Amino acid sequence: MGQITLTDIKKSFGAIDVLHDVNLHIDDGELVVFVGPSGCGKSTLLRVIAGLEKVTGGSIDIDGRRVNDVTAAERGLAMVFQSYALYPHMTVRQNLAFGLENSKMPKAEITERVGEAARMLEIDAYLDRRPGQLSGGQRQRVAIGRAIVRRPVAFLLDEPLSNLDAELRVSTRAELAALHARLSSTMIYVTHDQVEAMTLADRIVVMRAGRIEQVGTPLDLYNTPANRFVAGFIGAPHMNFLQGEVAERTGDSAIVTVAGGVRVHLHPVEGSMEKGQKLTVGVRPQHLVISADPTSPKVKLRLVEALGSETVIHGEINGERLMAVLPGQQRYRAGDEVPLDLEAAPLHLFDENGMRIFSTPGTQRRLSA
Amino acid sequence: MTPPAAGSPAPSRSFASILLAPVKLVMGIIDVPLRALQKATGISGMAIFFLAPNMLIFGIFVLLPLAINFVYSMTGGTAFFLADRTFIGLDQYDRLFECSNYLDPMSCQEDAFWTAVGNTGWFVVLQVTLMILVALGTALILNRKLRARSFWRAVFFFPVLLSPVVVGLIWKWILQRQGLLNFALFEMGIEPHNWLTDRTWAFVAAVGVSIWAHMGFYALILLAGLQAIPKDLYEAAEMDGTKASRVFWRITLPLLAPNLLVVVVLALIKAVQVFDEVYVLTGGGPGTSTMFLTQYIYETGFASQLRNPGLAAAASILMGLVLVVLTLLQLGIGRKTEPKGGKK
Amino acid sequence: MGAASRFIFRRRGGKGWHWTDIVTWVWLVGGLLIMFGPAVWLGFSSFKSPAALAEFPPTILPYVTQQVNVEGYEQPLALYEASLPDGSTQVLAEVRRIGIVSQMVDPNAPGEIIRVNIGDRTPVRTMSFATENYTEPFVQFDFVQYLWNSVFVTVTATLITLVVNSMAAFALSKYEFKGRSVAMLIILATLMVPLSVIMVPLYSIISAIGLFNNLWGVILPTVATPTGVFILRQYMLTIPDELIDAARMDKASEWQIYWRIVLPLAAPALAVLAIFSVVWRWNDFLWPLIVLSRRELYTLQVGLSIYAGELNVQWHFILAMTVVTMIPVVLVFIFLQRFITTGIAGTGLK
Repeated sequence: MGQITLTDIKKSFGAIDVLHDVNLHIDDGELVVFVGPSGCGKSTLLRVIAGLEKVTGGSIDIDGRRVNDVTAAERGLAMVFQSYALYPHMTVRQNLAFGLENSKMPKAEITERVGEAARMLEIDAYLDRRPGQLSGGQRQRVAIGRAIVRRPVAFLLDEPLSNLDAELRVSTRAELAALHARLSSTMIYVTHDQVEAMTLADRIVVMRAGRIEQVGTPLDLYNTPANRFVAGFIGAPHMNFLQGEVAERTGDSAIVTVAGGVRVHLHPVEGSMEKGQKLTVGVRPQHLVISADPTSPKVKLRLVEALGSETVIHGEINGERLMAVLPGQQRYRAGDEVPLDLEAAPLHLFDENGMRIFSTPGTQRRLSA
Repeated sequence: MTPPAAGSPAPSRSFASILLAPVKLVMGIIDVPLRALQKATGISGMAIFFLAPNMLIFGIFVLLPLAINFVYSMTGGTAFFLADRTFIGLDQYDRLFECSNYLDPMSCQEDAFWTAVGNTGWFVVLQVTLMILVALGTALILNRKLRARSFWRAVFFFPVLLSPVVVGLIWKWILQRQGLLNFALFEMGIEPHNWLTDRTWAFVAAVGVSIWAHMGFYALILLAGLQAIPKDLYEAAEMDGTKASRVFWRITLPLLAPNLLVVVVLALIKAVQVFDEVYVLTGGGPGTSTMFLTQYIYETGFASQLRNPGLAAAASILMGLVLVVLTLLQLGIGRKTEPKGGKK
Repeated sequence: MGAASRFIFRRRGGKGWHWTDIVTWVWLVGGLLIMFGPAVWLGFSSFKSPAALAEFPPTILPYVTQQVNVEGYEQPLALYEASLPDGSTQVLAEVRRIGIVSQMVDPNAPGEIIRVNIGDRTPVRTMSFATENYTEPFVQFDFVQYLWNSVFVTVTATLITLVVNSMAAFALSKYEFKGRSVAMLIILATLMVPLSVIMVPLYSIISAIGLFNNLWGVILPTVATPTGVFILRQYMLTIPDELIDAARMDKASEWQIYWRIVLPLAAPALAVLAIFSVVWRWNDFLWPLIVLSRRELYTLQVGLSIYAGELNVQWHFILAMTVVTMIPVVLVFIFLQRFITTGIAGTGLK
């Protein structure tokens, strides 16, 4: 119960194509997060799965049954909406019961299911209130409760935390994870927040412009992003990207020049790298370190953000912007010139189309001016 | 109107739920065939279902008459069924426009039509100008710092709700020979007057009564416009030491201009159609001094002795053209400023 | 006095009278008199007997000359307070008047005729509300029928308007379908089609489908108001689409979505439209005048105007029936005025 397979899903609104050939298989009990910038089609994909939008092409299968022409009501899914979409004129109890009443369930069973869900979510105290009288967090629970009582094949959650304040978001996130563990049913979760995606997901689906860019576990995406987009999207602050070209290629080592002359020595390298090839080098801000060697290339600092536990420096090296997160408290000020190095930093190399050439934490690297 | 208030408290449901029980039952029964319909036609089919009753009624009673009015105006005779009427082309329009001297309406064959046009024209000019001035004055005064503003607003709005028949009768009672107005004048030593049997005074009364009846509506819209002007503009002007008159001419009036335009056009549209309250007040008299276009159409179309529905249709189309121009004007203004509704 | 005068004479800025303060108060107090005065005057007049109505100068409150039955006279006689030549005053009944001399009798001793100069007597008057002005039209004339017709037309038309308009507004605000923009355009374009422009062909349609001299002929042409659709649609657009989606996920049929979700949430707009519709339909005049030609079908407005147009104008009945016609609207005004004024200010509709 709860397997969802998408095959060549296409969706267009008029002349605008919103989804292009989306293929995905979701296993029973899996928590899959669709993540991507706004307008990437992740919400549309969710609504297509829900049955709220009809697909233009392709097929959707739930537990092996093709459901393209099955209405939203009959797909056996439940959805938690971004705005919660609680019926404002009904009490919490009526909100939870509405769907069950519509499927002509006996009254006793409705009462039992509503009670059970209310206890599970600790909303039994406000069953007779209306949504307008609840706090944001309580409304959020009711919205989840409305999905739970339906005992759906799968839960669809559309940015369910985006209307909560930051603190509540963190705690609710944890509760959602616990809820998933407890119900062990399939969940599809849409968010634009990569931190939510990383913390909750069994697998993350990164989307952009109606296409799936990469599917994988959170650490897969972090360690081996398939392309520049995924690399930039996953991880905070964003990965630094430096434009460069292959200066030398000998055997399994290579030297790449970036940022107007800084040389990156790589060993070993794999994949195709020709001398003169243009590429992009990506390095996460957390992986840059201060070099003990004063001859290392220097970054001119433009802004220093002291966060206490770490220090974020924004700098420039030969006109290219660079950001680094340094551990602890550092005594730098804007205008200082700081020597940086890579040491054991994992590097990600992307070709001119932004596709990964390779990224591996095992490569030897060194910077030189 | 505000969007559905999420925070509105739950009103007591018990009484309402008893009242709603039969409604619930009926709606539930209706739901059974409609679910079947939904299954058969899909969601977009249901959209048509929801739209259909309104569009059907609307089509039969608004669009269809609108369309056949043109045909109607090209037929003659006294019969009402279109099939019984003879096609006469543009003869009705010729008749309306046939005059021996175009500068003198009384020389036209349908002098009553031109009298009604002339009366309506004067009425529109006088009534709209005076009413907008009074409404603007009222709105400006209601927009001042007043205690019990909503009370005063209600005072000026009161006559708007009264039916034209009631308005007509109230004023007929006051303006009659032994009425309150003559008494008041008598107390001041002024000769009593037969207001409604004097041609000029009857016309003045028609204008005045119509202003009395409708002014509050326009004052209300203008007041809403005034209240939408940001207060900090006035505060800024005060900091600059701007004179009150200058504030009015340079801040209030320009910012109110879009509302004022909408209000003027609305008032024009309404004034062109003037009928009910004046009809009750004066019956169009004395003579034809307060006979307006709508009354002309009504009497030409339905008065049993000299009924000519085709002529009435032709006249109503001419009136419709004027209203179309005004409506387009209003839609044009509305688009430039903000979406505004019409009025019934 | 203190608080009241402080309230009344409150001035701008508190530093002396500005001319605008005077204008404001003249305008407001004058407005109060001009706007309410006529209706109040009508109300007081409606309780006067025909004789009191014919009096000039008129009084505000309804007074009648007291009458008394005196032995030996068939008709009741009017009572006067007369100043007698000896300087005393006495209440006497007038038997007849000859020139400037009134022949009077003492009601308690009717034998002797006392002659009094008419300048020396004043009528004995008491306040008396002529409630027969109200009861007689209902009993003798058809006004009960008119009232019922008006109530029937108003209630039926309003109910149908609410149902039909809200369904259309729901379709136009919550569905994407072919022809939606055309329907919207038609509705916007005909917001302003007045009765005067279509009354002749509309009449022919009404009589063709047999609704001439039928209250349904008055009701049906009014119920598909573009205005109503417009108000409701604007409001329904503010209901989040996610609620509709949620209801669909909750297995609600489209009909259920309409009446269980959208209608309750559009209640404020429905209330505004209901109030408007009641006032419109209650006040309708020209169209009922055209469609209804049989007395027993008249609405109050038509019946009243025709009754008032008759040659022998019986003002005491007309005034009373005008008050009756005014009552529902005055009630609406008193209890729902705030609702209406904010509704109009918000939408520009009347």
